[in-house]
Amino acid sequence: MPPDDGVVRVLRDDLTLDPENDPGLSDAEVLHLYRHMVMTRLLDERLVALQRQGRIGFHVGSLGEEAAILGAAFAMRKNDFIFPCYREFGAALMRGFELGVFIHNMFGTAKDTVRGRQMPDHYTCRRVGWGSISSPVGTQITQAVGFAWGAKIRKQDVATLVYFGDGATSSSDFHSGMNFAGVFRVPTIFFCRNNGWAISVPVTRQTASRTFAEKAAAYGILGVRVDGNDLFAVVSTVRKALERGIRGQGATLIEAITYRMGGHSTSDDPNRYRGSEVLEPWASRDPIGRVRAYLEKRELWDGAAEERLIAEIDKEFREAVAVAERTPLPPLESMFEDVYERPPWHLLEQRAQLLNGPRAPSPHS
Amino acid sequence: MPQMNMVQAINDALRIAMRADDRVVILGEDVGRVGGVFRVTAGLFDEFGDERVIDTPLSENGIVGTAVGMALYGLVPVVEIQFADFIWPAYDQIVNELAKYRYRSGGEYPAKVVIRAPVGGGIRGGHYHSQHPEAPFIHVAGLKVVCPSSAYDAKGLLLSAIADPDPVLFFEPKRVYRAAKGEVPAGAFTVPLESAAVVRPGRHVTVLAYGAMLYEALDAASKAVAHGVEAEVIDLRTLWPVDITTILDSVRRTGRLVVVHEAPRTCGFGAELVSLVVERAFYHLEAPPIRVTGFDTPFPYSLEMEYMPLSHRILPALLEAVRS
Repeated sequence: MPPDDGVVRVLRDDLTLDPENDPGLSDAEVLHLYRHMVMTRLLDERLVALQRQGRIGFHVGSLGEEAAILGAAFAMRKNDFIFPCYREFGAALMRGFELGVFIHNMFGTAKDTVRGRQMPDHYTCRRVGWGSISSPVGTQITQAVGFAWGAKIRKQDVATLVYFGDGATSSSDFHSGMNFAGVFRVPTIFFCRNNGWAISVPVTRQTASRTFAEKAAAYGILGVRVDGNDLFAVVSTVRKALERGIRGQGATLIEAITYRMGGHSTSDDPNRYRGSEVLEPWASRDPIGRVRAYLEKRELWDGAAEERLIAEIDKEFREAVAVAERTPLPPLESMFEDVYERPPWHLLEQRAQLLNGPRAPSPHS
Repeated sequence: MPQMNMVQAINDALRIAMRADDRVVILGEDVGRVGGVFRVTAGLFDEFGDERVIDTPLSENGIVGTAVGMALYGLVPVVEIQFADFIWPAYDQIVNELAKYRYRSGGEYPAKVVIRAPVGGGIRGGHYHSQHPEAPFIHVAGLKVVCPSSAYDAKGLLLSAIADPDPVLFFEPKRVYRAAKGEVPAGAFTVPLESAAVVRPGRHVTVLAYGAMLYEALDAASKAVAHGVEAEVIDLRTLWPVDITTILDSVRRTGRLVVVHEAPRTCGFGAELVSLVVERAFYHLEAPPIRVTGFDTPFPYSLEMEYMPLSHRILPALLEAVRS
């Protein structure tokens, strides 16, 4: 029997689904999600390797959090908008962001949608309802509320989902966003990936609350806890939150309980602040492994399919990397574009100084 | 032509913008039913309702953060920060988010918000109701900063700011909210951003001022006549991007420069204005430029008239610039 702790769980240890919260996914949908989870993990590995080889500057991964990240995005509709943190590239790809364009961002090339102006993993893709990524923690939360609130004012059927980690619940934007969403009954889903860590700081240093979800009560909105390593439970919980929002019942705070199995980013060494033994209980509840076991039991997946999938992804990834590595950096003058819609006199003057001045000896360091 | 003070002129601009474009919404503290603590939004709640004239929770960070989200959706939020002194909780949203959105998204997400805030001292407001914080915003790539001095300009510049594609900080000199009165055309008109105005021509010294201090500069300039000094007073109107052409045209004629602002001196906007002139018109200068500003102290309550760069401090600067 699962513990009676109010945490939504669907995928049982015997690989059946609890009918109470079963989202009713078709086999094709589960396979689609599974493929993207595998792709997310594989890309994480490959991108860390590229960083270790010095070919890209940085990567912030999602190891262990794939079900929470992909399940939440899957539950949202096409016309809804997602405000990412910076750990959710897998969900962007699932919504239609092209892998090749993502890889251009990782290399900061001229074909990067953000024109090499931000670090890797700070891409954007408005076409698929995906926001622009900021490194400061929590700032996207108030913006997600404002976006859905704006749509509500215009009587448009649009909800927003905003991703953030447990650390962001300490930010003023979390408080402001939750408060505004409560007061104005805004259809925003606050999706907190409680992954245990904010770089080296454990959740006990973020809050003295028993749970993150209970913070919702203070804002007059619904708070729900879900097993973030249970794909089915995540899809079900976000769908219910979305339905509430669409019905005019306001926002929901979802605390997805998961675990950051890797470092904060490639710049972090988690061995300095936690032992590997803490990973063991979570490894046995690996979100991808659980879905694979479910699919294999239903004879929808096997080792050969897995090998084919990995080979496909690897091929696409290698091609994308090769293209990105052949693509030049953005042109010098692009530094001065998009600061304003049109560059004012002082930027034109400085642009001329850059173009006519000496070049840096190398692009980085 | 109707007579309006600056409060009425701004109110008129907001009403015109909201009638013309139903994407324009107002957010702020007390902007709704009561019409703002300075009554700048009076009557708008009744005309446009509580979904377009929104009394928000008391959170500047929340107001600007949600306004950025509304702008990303496609609305045109005009935010009121009750006093510019209260803007700092929103500084991160303004600097790192609003000002950077177009750039950091490669143009996919232009975010356009106008942030109105009363600024300046001389109203017995003490440190927390008197600051004039243009410099930290001018320093931020991606923002435009406006500070009108007259009712006419306030209306025309606010309509330009709302129509402009970029985020604008619109600082309103509250000391002259009601004193700055004049003829203001009914209906829509604009005063272009990035254009200064020569409000008093003269040939001996150029004075750059804006907001409430424009009137102090004009007073000093009229008193300087008795000393044989003809000062040319320029109202900058848009602080950034500043109208460098008008400034240089004047300084090249007068050869002398005095800059006036209420904010503290060090790293204040005057430092940038002097640098711009020195870089471009050094050989036209006949005397060292002079800054007449607030002091590098917090804004004091009891001694506010000693702190502020009023006419009695500007006049000696004009005479010194011409004498040296």
